Amino acid sequence: MPSVLLQTALCVAEGWEQPLSLEQGGWHRGEKGRKNVWNRNSLLAFAIDGAADRERDTGMSDIAVEAHGLVKLFEGARAVDGVSLSVPTGSIHGVLGPNGAGKTTTLRMLLGIIDPDEGWRALFGERDPLRAASLIGYLPEERGLYPSMTPRDAIGFLGALRGLSQAEGRRRAMELLEGAGLGEVAMRPIRTLSKGQAQTVQLLGTIVHKPRLLVLDEPFSGLDAINQQRLEGLIRAEVAEGATVLFSTHVIAHAERLCERITVIARGGVRFDGSVAEARDRLPSRVQLRTRRDDGPWRASLPADTTGRDREWRFTLPLTGIEPVLEALIAGGAGIEALQIERPSLHEAFVDLVGEPVDPSDDEELAA
Amino acid sequence: MRRLIASAWVIARRDYTATVFSRIFLLFLLGPLFPILFGIVFGAIGSNSEGPPPRPVVAVATDPASTGALLAARAKLASRLGDDALPDLVAASGGDAPRLLQGQVSYAAVLTGSLADPHITLSGRAPGSTVDDLSLLLDTARATAALGRSAPPPVALPERRVAASPADETHDRVALARAGQTALFFLIVLLAGMSLSTFIEEKSNKVIEVLAAAVPVDAIFLGKLAGMLAISLTGVAVWGVMGVGVVLTLFPTLFAHAAVPAVGWPAFVALALLYFVASYLLLGAVFLGLGSQAGSPREIQVLAMPATMIQLLLFGFASAGVAHPEGWVAKAAAIFPWSSPLAMLARAAERPALWPHLLALGWQIVWLVLALRAAAGLFRRAVLKSGGGRRWWRSAARA
Repeated sequence: MPSVLLQTALCVAEGWEQPLSLEQGGWHRGEKGRKNVWNRNSLLAFAIDGAADRERDTGMSDIAVEAHGLVKLFEGARAVDGVSLSVPTGSIHGVLGPNGAGKTTTLRMLLGIIDPDEGWRALFGERDPLRAASLIGYLPEERGLYPSMTPRDAIGFLGALRGLSQAEGRRRAMELLEGAGLGEVAMRPIRTLSKGQAQTVQLLGTIVHKPRLLVLDEPFSGLDAINQQRLEGLIRAEVAEGATVLFSTHVIAHAERLCERITVIARGGVRFDGSVAEARDRLPSRVQLRTRRDDGPWRASLPADTTGRDREWRFTLPLTGIEPVLEALIAGGAGIEALQIERPSLHEAFVDLVGEPVDPSDDEELAA
Repeated sequence: MRRLIASAWVIARRDYTATVFSRIFLLFLLGPLFPILFGIVFGAIGSNSEGPPPRPVVAVATDPASTGALLAARAKLASRLGDDALPDLVAASGGDAPRLLQGQVSYAAVLTGSLADPHITLSGRAPGSTVDDLSLLLDTARATAALGRSAPPPVALPERRVAASPADETHDRVALARAGQTALFFLIVLLAGMSLSTFIEEKSNKVIEVLAAAVPVDAIFLGKLAGMLAISLTGVAVWGVMGVGVVLTLFPTLFAHAAVPAVGWPAFVALALLYFVASYLLLGAVFLGLGSQAGSPREIQVLAMPATMIQLLLFGFASAGVAHPEGWVAKAAAIFPWSSPLAMLARAAERPALWPHLLALGWQIVWLVLALRAAAGLFRRAVLKSGGGRRWWRSAARA
């Protein structure tokens, strides 16, 4: 079953409309001369192995990540103030917030890098997160690799830190590097790689031990649009074969596309925790209406917050729905030329929740 | 505990291979050899300019006629071969060779009996050529005495060795204790200081967060320290093999006449290795903790001088008790964990009992664990801004 899900996810990630069958092996995008292109077959094989590994883990909690009332003080200031969240296994959960909101500190507490001053957290039911370290893959916001190491050794080392043997880590590293189109640089010092290649190496090191939980801190930061899309595909693929993904971002578009549930943090506190749909539903929909006539008695039937001119009207969707307004307009002879009901975007919901705008350029970059 | 050791092993292995299999490590290995090489060259030049070593003095406690014949034979040969070619002969009264050797005058050997039936008793200080030189003198004296008759056959000189006097032995062992301490001190000064800068790489390239997310901070510290120790032991092994090779080549009889440590050479060498490891780890843990607070190489440079001063103080403290191993200074130096390895190595040269060393090594291990815990705790609190006393004690209780 996981392999079927994985195929679906890969097809979504690669823009295919129909799932491929395994018999359609041979399809890949790793043609010679292209760098950083995932080889589908390698990734598929790796992920299927991972699914088998993960299926062997039985008796684990249904909740991958659980935190209650996390508080962290830095020199008296509350960097994180009572954050609670719960992430079911097999889901993609986003931690959203503006810069400096406390996202990274929250993730660090969840992972056991630092201890909370108040509250508790558990990963797969384990109160000491480091005891579950072999089940977790972590991509920090500030990427860290030893520049003198080769990609093969660096990935092998990251795997060894999570419980793999050195030989197995290196074997998987070569497999992953080949799949990512980095086989040619596998034995070159990391200092000679491009930034994108080094970031890919770090990401491969995060998944080399086939973790059940991926914690990614601002994973899209520094990646170009193509690699961002590939990373989204990888996240979906990991989830499709059983992993849980928890990632932080201040770029709303990624969360909107990927997450089932989100936790919005601002000034150290949780402003919202729920599904993306629930977040958007917090704001009423907006109505855009174009009439044939410019004026008439029918205008009195428009809601009080209506703005507009030249027959273009905007107003908040009334709680009673659009139908009573439409009936009044039609009866008054306004003439309906166009009507559009816009559901609020997550970005709008985010701004409403946080009370401050994020850098719009972040989302504009990803709009395509 | 198993996970702690496994994690530390992964980190130590990476550090070791990254360092030892780099080109820069060759320079590290060659570095200390330059002063040794210069020492040998300038030592050879100095020894040439100082002239030959002092002549050994042999007490002649034979019958008066034989003594006179031997003194005459020496004068005769010295006029042909030069005074420095032969040992000095001193007529001594009383035929008790061991008593003469352990007396106030430092004789290399005592000749007893007569020209016809000579016996030689050698001290530990006697040069290897003493027996041959005395045989030549005896043959010459016997040939002179037999003038006009057929020449006597070459003399067969029965020899025996006696232990050095207690005073000499004590003096030699104190010297050995000081030499051992000094060698240990220099090795630690050369090598333990590297621990200061161990975390700079991890902090500058942000690897530290990856490590801290995967393994306990205690394991990171233990792994870092073990890796540095393994690197240092590799250097010590290379320098040791080369040093012993050079000494055996240039001074083949040096070890034959060197003082024997009270615990014997095999135990002394083993203890020296163990105390090097203990001293390195104890100081390294402190330096690792201090160095982990530094944010830049410049701050490490600032820390280097006080770190060297601390080591000098420890060396001074430990060496103050060498002459009196049962005195309170020596005992205090043996008890204070960071001077204990230096003090106990000196004790191994001076006292034969082994049980105090087992006790001392156990004591040092306890302090090593405490120092590592404290260093890791300091790192967590000051750098990761995490943890407090409650957490520290909870971790200790859990371990």
